[in-house]
Amino acid sequence: MNKQIRQNIAFTVFRLLSLAVVGILFWILGFITYKGIGVISWQFLTTAPTDGMTAGGIFPAIVGTLCLIAGSAAVAFPLGILSAIYTSEYAGDGKVVRFIRIMTNNLAGIPSIVFGLFGMSLFVNTMGFGDSIIAGSLTLGLLTMPLVIRTTEEALKAIPDTFRQGSYALGASKLQTVSRIVLPAAFPNIITGLILSVGRISGETAPILFTVAAYFLPQLPDSIYSQVMALPYHLYVIAVSGTDLEATRPMAYGTALVLIAIVLIINVSASIIRKKLSKRYA
Amino acid sequence: MNRTAEKLAESLLTVSGTTTGIVILLIVFFLFKEGAGFFHHNDVEAGYALCVNGENAVKNLSSGQIKDIFDYETGNWKEVGGADEEIVPFRVSDIINMYQEAELGENYVLLPEKIGETIAKTRGIIAFIPVQYLPESNPEVRVLESKRLNPSDFFMGKDWMPTATPAPQFGLLPLLAGTLWVSLFAIIIALPLGLGVAIYLAELAGERTRNLLKPAIELLAGIPSVVYGFFGLVVLVPFIQKIFDLPVGETAFAGSLILAIMALPTIITVAEDSIRNTPQSIREASLGLGASHWQTICRVIIPYSASGISAAIVLGIGRAVGETMAVLMVTGNAAVIPHTLFEPVRTIPATIAAELGEAPAGGIHSGALFVLGCILFIITAAVSVGAELISKNKYKNI
Repeated sequence: MNKQIRQNIAFTVFRLLSLAVVGILFWILGFITYKGIGVISWQFLTTAPTDGMTAGGIFPAIVGTLCLIAGSAAVAFPLGILSAIYTSEYAGDGKVVRFIRIMTNNLAGIPSIVFGLFGMSLFVNTMGFGDSIIAGSLTLGLLTMPLVIRTTEEALKAIPDTFRQGSYALGASKLQTVSRIVLPAAFPNIITGLILSVGRISGETAPILFTVAAYFLPQLPDSIYSQVMALPYHLYVIAVSGTDLEATRPMAYGTALVLIAIVLIINVSASIIRKKLSKRYA
Repeated sequence: MNRTAEKLAESLLTVSGTTTGIVILLIVFFLFKEGAGFFHHNDVEAGYALCVNGENAVKNLSSGQIKDIFDYETGNWKEVGGADEEIVPFRVSDIINMYQEAELGENYVLLPEKIGETIAKTRGIIAFIPVQYLPESNPEVRVLESKRLNPSDFFMGKDWMPTATPAPQFGLLPLLAGTLWVSLFAIIIALPLGLGVAIYLAELAGERTRNLLKPAIELLAGIPSVVYGFFGLVVLVPFIQKIFDLPVGETAFAGSLILAIMALPTIITVAEDSIRNTPQSIREASLGLGASHWQTICRVIIPYSASGISAAIVLGIGRAVGETMAVLMVTGNAAVIPHTLFEPVRTIPATIAAELGEAPAGGIHSGALFVLGCILFIITAAVSVGAELISKNKYKNI
């Protein structure tokens, strides 16, 4: 009986803890939504900030973040996916593979500010790109590369070997097997991984601090060498360093809500796509 | 034709695989190259020199001693190994008070001469002057040797004052203490919560609860750190200030709370995986002996998955140590060694983020920030290797 009571107490505690975690999530989401929803309007989303960031909108920051997503996807996706195909389908278990694996594991753990440091030193200063979309995209691209490689590798590993053997038995070559059998079957999971890495890119602040982000730049970028504003950096500057913090608060709530909404949409669409596509290939 | 395509594809893949590896090596190389550059700087600001009267017995001063002298904390040469003489700190700007502008000549051509005179007639002087105004011909003036920065000053230094003149102070200890302080308390807060949720998810929750809880945790991991920082700034900081009646709410405690929330998803996911991996047979054996489900969990399953849970803790610490934006926004950024949780602190990543923008490229300050980057890199690499080793050790103690 005693044993039963103790079990009940313990399990109740665990339930409450789980509730607390969900509670924290809803607290954060709810608070930002409650404070920010009043600010969101068509005008907020489509105009530049004015009056020392206390009015206007966040359009240049949204455009900047989209540029950075596109740029870093262009850097990370091809190289990451090809590397993952190489390591999991072609390379066997040689030295090169072990080297790449150790390196990507290490890379995945490096704090994002260190990427910012590296990006500033190599892309901005040594290669002379200055603060620009290209420097920021290369930095963010490197940051997401481990995520892309790992999710792609996992997607490829999840394809049973019988698929490959069946293809070889029909006389297909390695390239044919990989491109017509393995990749299509792994496609849903690869896409999910890519979408999640876009989510990561859109929220990162530390790597873009010194490689691309502009404090205030109402005009839109005209080349890959221009500086841009970006949503997370914009939220940071108006949260901590505005001239009139009280007056910029509503703008900050609005920006935070837009950022959270992007992350939410990306997460939800990733799981929907995974479900839809895996049904088709199952 | 087909063969060529095969070969082409294979070499393309090989090239991209190798490129990835090389790029990563490049990152490490660059980081450490820039970091090593820091130790090639001298302790006195570049382009300046320290001069004393020729009769002064002191040959050289450590960077900490120079700072204390110019902060008027050290007042007598006796304290730094010289004669019993009052120290007179002197900067170039002080010369303006002593001479009329006309006396210094056109474009200050007479400035070195006048500085020389001043040094010659003040026995206890220590003058901080730009090298182009150095009165070299004056025999009464002796230039103090400036030394290479000493790694032990960096790693054991207790002051972080990168913009102090004449001798900027780069002491790692306050930053390291701030980082560890904030991260450890974050884990202490997050661990019971995370472990409880992990057990609930792995052992108790039904399929439907899992399907609700799992995405919630993923979402918690997906929220950008700057949003956490903002939330901490507008909600937690004022709250902490009010509850504990503090002068400022931006404290190590606020940082720990935010980091605890941010480390939760990592801890939950890794711990849940390892609890879930406990073999069914072990579980059934315990239940078969008449143990309750709770007894099985705390006497059998948790000890069995201890290595996985430790890995979760280590990875959680790794996540907390490297976190930048949220911590930068809520901890108050005072580079002093903290004594309680309710003081402002500054962590290593926050220092890099806050100072890199104003540190000139290639200078001593940015060099110091790169050394901080290397230290972060080493800590996180050690964390990932450590976590790997711990989880490899799995079955040894059973």
